[in-house]
Amino acid sequence: MTPQEEQFWAKIEAEEKIEPKDWMPDDYRKNLIRQISQHAHSEVIGMQPEGNWITRAPSLRRKAVLLSKVQDEAGHGLYLYSACETLGISRSEMIEQLQTGKAKYSSIFNYPTLTWADVGAIGWLVDGAAIVNQVSLQRTSYGPYSRGMIRICKEESFHQRQGYEAILALAKGSPDQKAMAQDALDRFYWPALMMFGPHDSESAHSQKSMQWKIKRETNDDLRQKFVDQTVKQIEVLGLEHPDKAIKWNEERGHYDSSDLNWDEFWSVINGNGHCNRQRIEHHVAAHDEGEWVRDAISAYNEKKRAKKAQNAA
Amino acid sequence: MSDIKAATLEYATRLGDDSVVLGHRISEWVSYGPFLEEDIAYGNVSLDYIGRARMFYTYAAELAADGRDEDDFAFMRNDREYRNLLLMEMPKGDFAYSQVRQLFADVYYTVLLPELLQSKDETLSAIAAKAIKETKYHLRRSRDWVLRLGDGTEESHKRTQKAVDQLWGYTHEMFDMDETEQLLADEGIGVDVSKLRDAWLKMVTDILTEATITVPEDSWAVRGGRTGYHTENLGHMLTEMQIVHRSNPGCKW
Ligand SMILES: [Fe+2]
Ligand SMILES: [Fe+2]
Ligand SMILES: [Fe+2]
Repeated sequence: MTPQEEQFWAKIEAEEKIEPKDWMPDDYRKNLIRQISQHAHSEVIGMQPEGNWITRAPSLRRKAVLLSKVQDEAGHGLYLYSACETLGISRSEMIEQLQTGKAKYSSIFNYPTLTWADVGAIGWLVDGAAIVNQVSLQRTSYGPYSRGMIRICKEESFHQRQGYEAILALAKGSPDQKAMAQDALDRFYWPALMMFGPHDSESAHSQKSMQWKIKRETNDDLRQKFVDQTVKQIEVLGLEHPDKAIKWNEERGHYDSSDLNWDEFWSVINGNGHCNRQRIEHHVAAHDEGEWVRDAISAYNEKKRAKKAQNAA
Repeated sequence: MSDIKAATLEYATRLGDDSVVLGHRISEWVSYGPFLEEDIAYGNVSLDYIGRARMFYTYAAELAADGRDEDDFAFMRNDREYRNLLLMEMPKGDFAYSQVRQLFADVYYTVLLPELLQSKDETLSAIAAKAIKETKYHLRRSRDWVLRLGDGTEESHKRTQKAVDQLWGYTHEMFDMDETEQLLADEGIGVDVSKLRDAWLKMVTDILTEATITVPEDSWAVRGGRTGYHTENLGHMLTEMQIVHRSNPGCKW
């Protein structure tokens, strides 16, 4: 080991944060870029399925709540892009990787939002699952990412409560509203569990990431936490649990549950879900349509600079 | 209900309609902006308008005292019953179109809200006080955008000029008075908007000129928002906005 490497590992060992100016192994950097940019892209692409309901929100209060949630997600994206930029990659490079499929985003956003209840289900289950993961990532070894997680988690908790509250209103509402809530739960429960990634044995990046302390807990452990916390929440709603095999295991101190449909998981990851193409197309279209606007800003700034230089001369 | 109370109810509804319709149009930009920062900014402005709409409608509901709430005003009235200015309901168009509309609206509120602040009606005055702060930020933003787009590239200039030309004719009715509003203006409750056009025109002209945009001649005007004679756009907008609420009558959300 070189002295640099020794220093790096000593820090990891001592639970000290690695900062942008510190030396770090190439693979560590690459792995972080992959994970943080994927997280940033998830925040950004996640604006679409929820944004899909902004114009149809059933009350002015819900419209405002949803608008500010989606706005928060955009803020998270921005914040994470900045964190990732400290590793030596630009936002435009990251966007290009997203648009060309080189970088991924959370597969959950490739599921369509079909009813108003889906907005509540996303806040409750998707933000809920994200929090379980992100609380663990607050202890990640890279400083800017860790600090980002601490800040973002606060808002995600707020989203989770609002989402649950929206579902609760439906579950306690008319029979149609309750059916809408059940349907959303049935559709989003399984994909939410898949957000934790494949079984640890199948996860390509898991082991390395754990050594580097980028990742702090395994996919399966995090998933179990989420399964456990959700049982009670479903009960309170008075909805049926989508997993008929859910059963308390006294010995393990956890709920046992059905295995997931991993064929579906891989199919969506590999680009063949309901909305994969639509999400990227949407992003590309907005980005392309924005080009003349971005060009206008550059041209305007250039003119101002030239004028200033002329006045100074 | 007294004439004044009825007129105030109508007035609060009109102002609420302006806010909800414009707020809705702006919200259509979320996830479609030219970059992420702009998505956030659009969300901000939209939220301000939705918030305003809720305050105006809540007040209208209080005056109506017939069991309706803010959402009944927003979701249970048809396009023929809506009383918003036509400018607010025009589709989002391209980025230049939306920013020019925003500039026209922001300057309008910049000249209108300080007058409404003087209203003898405490609720209207309080809403104005809150809105004035928001509008300061809105105007800074739309002004900056129009300057940059107008004096940016050839293409952005062209798009901006086109938007100005296409929207100009919808700005005239913003300064029209009718009996209802005259009554309220005479009572010191409502604003006499007919007196605001000069100030509006001066501000808009200054900004457009700096943006190298030609201020159009007043050669055409389309009117009708305050009487429910809308463009075809509003019906589609409300269809979308009201669908969930109306599909589940009497439900709480
Ligand atoms: Fe987020
Ligand atoms: Fe997140
Ligand atoms: Fe969130």
